[in-house]
Amino acid sequence: MKGVYLYIVSRLIVYLLVIFTGITLCFIIPRITGASPVEVVITRMASYGEYYDPAVIQGLKETLEELYGLKGSLWEQYIAFLRRLFMGDLGVSLTEFPTPVSALINRSLPWTVGLLLFTTLISWILGNLIGGIAGYFERTKWSNLLTGFSIIVHNIPYYILGLCLVLLFSYFIPLLPMMGGYSIGVKPTFSLEFILDVLSHALLPALSIITVSYGGSFITMRALSITTKNEDFTRFAEIMRLDKHTVLYRYVIRNALLPQVTGLAVALGNIFTGALALEVVFGYPGLGNLLYRALINSYYNLIMGLTTYSIFAVATALLILDFIYPFIDPRIRYR
Amino acid sequence: MKKGKTIKLPKEFARFTWRNKGFVIGLSILTILIILAFGASYFSPYDPRRWNTAPRDMPPSWKYPLGTTTLGQDLFWLLTWALRNSLAIGFTGSLTGLAIGALLGFIAGYRGGNLDRAIILVADIFIAIPTLMLIILIGSIIKANLNIGILGVLYGILTWGMPVRNVRSMILSLREREFSYIDIFSGLSTSEIIFRHYFPYIFPWISMAAINRMFGAIGAEVTLAIFGLSAIDEATLGTMLYWALKYQALLRGVYWWILTPTVTLMLLFTSLYLTSVGLNIYLNPRTRLQRTIGGE
Repeated sequence: MKGVYLYIVSRLIVYLLVIFTGITLCFIIPRITGASPVEVVITRMASYGEYYDPAVIQGLKETLEELYGLKGSLWEQYIAFLRRLFMGDLGVSLTEFPTPVSALINRSLPWTVGLLLFTTLISWILGNLIGGIAGYFERTKWSNLLTGFSIIVHNIPYYILGLCLVLLFSYFIPLLPMMGGYSIGVKPTFSLEFILDVLSHALLPALSIITVSYGGSFITMRALSITTKNEDFTRFAEIMRLDKHTVLYRYVIRNALLPQVTGLAVALGNIFTGALALEVVFGYPGLGNLLYRALINSYYNLIMGLTTYSIFAVATALLILDFIYPFIDPRIRYR
Repeated sequence: MKKGKTIKLPKEFARFTWRNKGFVIGLSILTILIILAFGASYFSPYDPRRWNTAPRDMPPSWKYPLGTTTLGQDLFWLLTWALRNSLAIGFTGSLTGLAIGALLGFIAGYRGGNLDRAIILVADIFIAIPTLMLIILIGSIIKANLNIGILGVLYGILTWGMPVRNVRSMILSLREREFSYIDIFSGLSTSEIIFRHYFPYIFPWISMAAINRMFGAIGAEVTLAIFGLSAIDEATLGTMLYWALKYQALLRGVYWWILTPTVTLMLLFTSLYLTSVGLNIYLNPRTRLQRTIGGE
């Protein structure tokens, strides 16, 4: 029992270290590059061609430094940065001034999480089920066909496949809407009509994520299934004349599935930032578009905020995986 | 012994390609893309990045095989330049990270002890940190100074974590093999052991990893470009997409502008993958042995 506690404690320390280092990198990198986000904002304002009084610019500079947490020595900044982060304060938005960044993120979050949670689970289940069956019937024609398909799609970026689907299903054959999260001019209400509208807009982005990540889990699952099929216990089950159904689902797929849980955990860790570019391509109102607008306005607190969110998500997903894995796979023991 | 091997090699390779159609298809597409990138691009009659060198929004025709953009660029010549730059980003991004990671992995695996523990801890942290967000963060700050080289190197130095783990575990297992003991007892120097005796074992993995990491680097550039964070005025596959999306090419019906980089990226990724799978089968000592023995 003592070993278990030791393992949990040391794993927790690594977890905190990862988050701490990640956040510190976020803090240091902008500062060692020497480029100042304040200067960027001011040059951008000057490039609009308006004239500002030097005194006004000086005042503006100080306010921005205050807002971005760039006041004082490096060490003071760092402490203040950590303290604010600990309180869950990511700073305020510049484009929508008094709104805090966390409020902006929380507004876009449901769109992204909704899309990614749904597609991640669907593609994981489909990929593993079909991959497992295709591995069991390794030498059939359809198994080879499915494998070929997965090989082609599985490492294409989501947005590239997304663009192909848009060209196909909304440009050449105008079936589905091209962009956005819901039709322009429609007020978000809780009605069947609105839900259908949202779903029809989410269909193409969802389809591109599902196809690509399906391909990924299919390929690994097929390989695992082939290995499991040739293990002694599966052979034994076959010799015992258990029916094919039982052998396939209870013996092959169930055992081959164990390592695939890792893939699911990593995918769930990427739930905030997994499809940012896809959301931009589709004009989908999630975190991707929020980030896009933030980048156009060189609006820096939000980028920092999103990076922090994704560091937390990935590290936490991996931590949870390490803790629950022994319950799923009894062969793993804590040393 | 050595002579016999060199004579056999082309024959063995020919037999191998005959059995692996996927590898042949992948390698041929890849060769065409590489010829376009590093051969054809130098025959461009003018700098294809410049605007208004061709009529605007022309659909594909004999004169403009891939059509022209709204900015008045010939897509065919632009594509050759874009491929060259994207492949360059792929090479530098892949090799920088691989070189750092493999070197640290060698040291960690060979030396062991506290140095090993420290290297592995830092590598694990780098594996867990989401690379893409960090690149976006850095890109947003040095936006004005981004160029092809910086993009590649940036990707490399943020992704060296995984190779450390892989190379280290390979070295750990090699170190326990009998020939390692013989090497050490017969007084070979460390560098001789590593380069003459370990490297051949690790080379197949390194060449595979180099190809696989190219996806990551090329894809990361395209993602950055979609956010407007690449070297916007250079021609890369990412910036081609960036301008096409910025000028709403789809809504305005200039579909060939989007189609060109999209299809090229799909071809590039698929052919790279098929080549890497084929290479893996070819270089894998186990299947190789079967081939040479089974073929006699």
